[in-house]
Amino acid sequence: MTTSPIGQPRLRLPQQIRAGEVIEIRTLISHNMETGQRRDQAGATVPRDIIRSFTCRFEGEVVFSMELHPAVAANPYIAFPFRAERAGTLELTWTNDAGEERRLTQALRIT
Amino acid sequence: MTTASRLPRRTAFAASAGLLALSLQPRAAFANMEAATAAAIRRVTGERTPTEARITLRLPAIAENGNNVPLSVTVESPMTAADHIRAIHVFADKNPAPEIASFRLTPAMGRAQADTRIRLGVTQDVIALAETHDGNFLIARAEVRVTIGGCGG
Repeated sequence: MTTSPIGQPRLRLPQQIRAGEVIEIRTLISHNMETGQRRDQAGATVPRDIIRSFTCRFEGEVVFSMELHPAVAANPYIAFPFRAERAGTLELTWTNDAGEERRLTQALRIT
Repeated sequence: MTTASRLPRRTAFAASAGLLALSLQPRAAFANMEAATAAAIRRVTGERTPTEARITLRLPAIAENGNNVPLSVTVESPMTAADHIRAIHVFADKNPAPEIASFRLTPAMGRAQADTRIRLGVTQDVIALAETHDGNFLIARAEVRVTIGGCGG
C-alpha cells in the first residue's frame, strides 16, 4: 500500500497588506483525499488516505489549525482570516494519514 | 364590543406562541437528526446545550456535485483574548461518518471564520457547532440538496 502524493501547496495573500488589517489567507493543496468508502474495479475497498491536519503559524505561534475528515473534498481548499499586525513569516503545514508533512513558508510584508 | 375585546386576546396568544417557539429552539437544533450525528455533537458538547445564535453557515441550497460543495462558517465574536471562539466543528447529518472538519481558532485571526469545500453523499443538513472561549456552544444548520452524490461515486 502506498500513500498518494501530497502535491504542491499554494498560498494566496492580498497584494498589499496594511498593519492591523484582517486579511484572508487562502490555501490549496493537491491530494485525492481517498475516503476509504470507495471500491476498486475488483471490488476491494480502496484504503483511506487523506490529509488529516493543517496548521498555520505566524512567527512560530499557531494562528489556526484544522482537523480534516474524509468528507473534505479532494485538493483541500482552506481559507481563514488573520490580523496582520506586523511583518513576519507564515508557516503552513499539511499532514497526511501516514504522518508525512508538506510545509510552505511565506514572508508576510506590511505595506 | 365583543370583537374589540377578543382581538387583544388573540394578539396576546400569538405573542405567547412566539415566545414558546423561541424557547423550544435549542431542541429544534437536534430535531430529525441521525443518532450518529447527535452522538458526534455530544462528544464535543458533553452535557452543554448549544444555542442557535451568532453563527452564519453559508452553503449552496442546491449542489449539482456533492463531491465539491463550498462551505463558509462565520461566528459573531470580537476575537480578543478575553472573548473569542475556540473552535468550529462541522457535521454532515447523512454522510457515512458525520464528522467533516474541526477548525481551531485563535484571537490572532481577528475574525471568527473558516472556509473549505466538502463532500455530501446525499441531500442532507450540514451542522456547524462553535465553541466559545468559556466553553459554551452555538449551533446552526443548513440543508443542501445534492443532485449527484459525493461519496464513493
